[in-house]
Amino acid sequence: MTSDALLFGLSGVLSSSAPILFGVLGETISERAGVSNLAMNGMILLSAMGGFAASLATGSLALGFLAGAAIGATVALVVAIASISFKQSQVAVGYVLAMLCRDLAYFLGNPIMGMPGPRLNLSPIPVLSSIPVIGTLLFRHDIITYSSFLLIFLSWFYMERTKPGIMLKGLGENPRAAYVRGANVNRLRYLYTVAGGAIAGLAGPIYSLSVKAGWKGTISGLDGIGWIVLSITIFGGWRPFRAAIGAYFFSLLQWMGLVLQPLMPNVPSQVLQVAPFPLMILTLLLVNIGNAEWVERSLSHLPESVRRDIAKVLTALNATPPAALGMPFDKDE
Amino acid sequence: MPFRETAMRDDKKTRIIFGLGSVLAALALTTAIVAATGNNPLQAYGNIIQGAIGSPNVAANVLVSWVPLALATAGLLFTFTGGLWNIGIEGQITLGAIFCTWAMRSLQDTALSPGIIIAFAIAAGMLGGIFWALLAGALKTFGGVNEIFGGLGLNFVATALNLWLIFGPWKRPGVASMSGTLPFEPELWMPTVSAQSRLALIPLALAVLALVIAFILLRGSHFGLRLKAVGKNPKAAYLLGIPTWQHMLLSFALCGAFAGLAGAVQVSAVYHRLIPSISSGYGYTGLMVAMLVNFSPVFAGPVALFFAALSVGSIQLPIVLKLDSSLAGVIQGFLVLFVLIGNGLRLKLLGRKRGSI
Repeated sequence: MTSDALLFGLSGVLSSSAPILFGVLGETISERAGVSNLAMNGMILLSAMGGFAASLATGSLALGFLAGAAIGATVALVVAIASISFKQSQVAVGYVLAMLCRDLAYFLGNPIMGMPGPRLNLSPIPVLSSIPVIGTLLFRHDIITYSSFLLIFLSWFYMERTKPGIMLKGLGENPRAAYVRGANVNRLRYLYTVAGGAIAGLAGPIYSLSVKAGWKGTISGLDGIGWIVLSITIFGGWRPFRAAIGAYFFSLLQWMGLVLQPLMPNVPSQVLQVAPFPLMILTLLLVNIGNAEWVERSLSHLPESVRRDIAKVLTALNATPPAALGMPFDKDE
Repeated sequence: MPFRETAMRDDKKTRIIFGLGSVLAALALTTAIVAATGNNPLQAYGNIIQGAIGSPNVAANVLVSWVPLALATAGLLFTFTGGLWNIGIEGQITLGAIFCTWAMRSLQDTALSPGIIIAFAIAAGMLGGIFWALLAGALKTFGGVNEIFGGLGLNFVATALNLWLIFGPWKRPGVASMSGTLPFEPELWMPTVSAQSRLALIPLALAVLALVIAFILLRGSHFGLRLKAVGKNPKAAYLLGIPTWQHMLLSFALCGAFAGLAGAVQVSAVYHRLIPSISSGYGYTGLMVAMLVNFSPVFAGPVALFFAALSVGSIQLPIVLKLDSSLAGVIQGFLVLFVLIGNGLRLKLLGRKRGSI
């Protein structure tokens, strides 16, 4: 492979990570508040279809993205109502919505399937884009890819450096303490679930208006992405920068699958296309195994020096979810 | 929760009213959506009903698709009772189909009689499902990986494995294709009720048997009771001396056995070969059925039949009305969603009058 092709490939990895980043960071915000939105897979499909349909009908890309965010927010609102107000299991509601929204996307998207539609143009940044290597890699993208870089930083800044951000983490970590400090826990959970849903809902139109432009129904290749988004959220340990590493790592794997295909004629292309999915999800084993009791027990038999090194690696990889994730909060209990 | 005097009581009548209300709400919303797309909802429903019970042939097809759905649901009752979300069931069905195909391929040229070959193949399929379910279970109990994500990962692996076999080692002589492996000889097909029909009685009997086994084990056995304790509160169950992870793995294995059986039935009785989408989403739909019946082995069978009728009935929608057949999934999804929300609303109205979100 020439170095030019490599550079364009890596630049493509950055832009195809944009929808995953929006999904993962939206979900991270929601889960930090204590609500896991398992509807992600259906939600991305529905907002991809809805965003494309909206911008097809109005000719406006902005309205397409807005529609995607609105769909994400609406689905998240249903999760919030069912789990916060009605205390139903978040897993159950999320799973049903994941299935329902997927079928809704296919049903409602049937008439616009395969239609040519608007697509977001690249906006290379003047001057910066002509820097060798870095210019191609970082500064020749569309506006949404730039926004995804910004979103990583902004969500980190909000959670780690602002007062409401610290409170947000409290909602998922120790809602009782947050309540004592004056937070209206359930109202804030509503707010962050819906906001996280709106951010994650943008992932849909980012696909259908940019990364994989158009709506092609069941062969859009988007089914499954939402589950990847949810597992990257865990892999990311609910921290924006680590989540970003997970998103880029996944896109890199997918791109490598495409590049390696001609080199491995014996492996059917379908296999390489799905290969990153199990890899990504099985990395969860690495980030979770430190929590298992038997690991601790077997580690205690090892000599001190080895044990300390292994423990260090496991701790670095380890990700602990917000303590109150999935649990309803009732101030009277 | 302390008992509170309220205007509404949690009796059978209230439950039925809320159940009916949820179903009506789901139907109303689906109707509105179909109408909003510029189509006639009554025509669409009529087409679905026609497609499900309009002729003996389509009605038989509903039963054909009820078998794997009922098997999957029966299996899921065990994992749900153990408090586990076995989303990996889809891959367990696929592995059942793969193991079944493997056994048929290995035995088809031997001197064994077709009946024995099919029996071995079905057993192999069940083992395949158990194997895949125990992987998800081990990831959960020993690796700390949530069974939802471990299961999904294994689903993708199962799909990849299936495609690799169809396009690689097991490809048709000449050219591999999405239509699957070479069909088996007709004497290795499970006997159907008539030459034209796809309905075979043995799988039907096996599915009924699976539901009965689930009912007996979960409602009338010590094992069922302990599994329930593990599902409700694993820590408390452990302290009471119930071997927790063993029960979890056992429920995974039982679910995997039924899922593997479903996959084996699809290969030996329905398609007579391995195809890329062999699991056809039956596992995912089974999760919906199990949730809708609130994990009751009594209602699992009838509701699975209704879901199968919806799915089979909507197959004609794209041809006749130019509507996507995913309408069946939309109805199913709204039903489960509204029943969940209805349940929550009922408990909220019953439990507390002090208003707070």
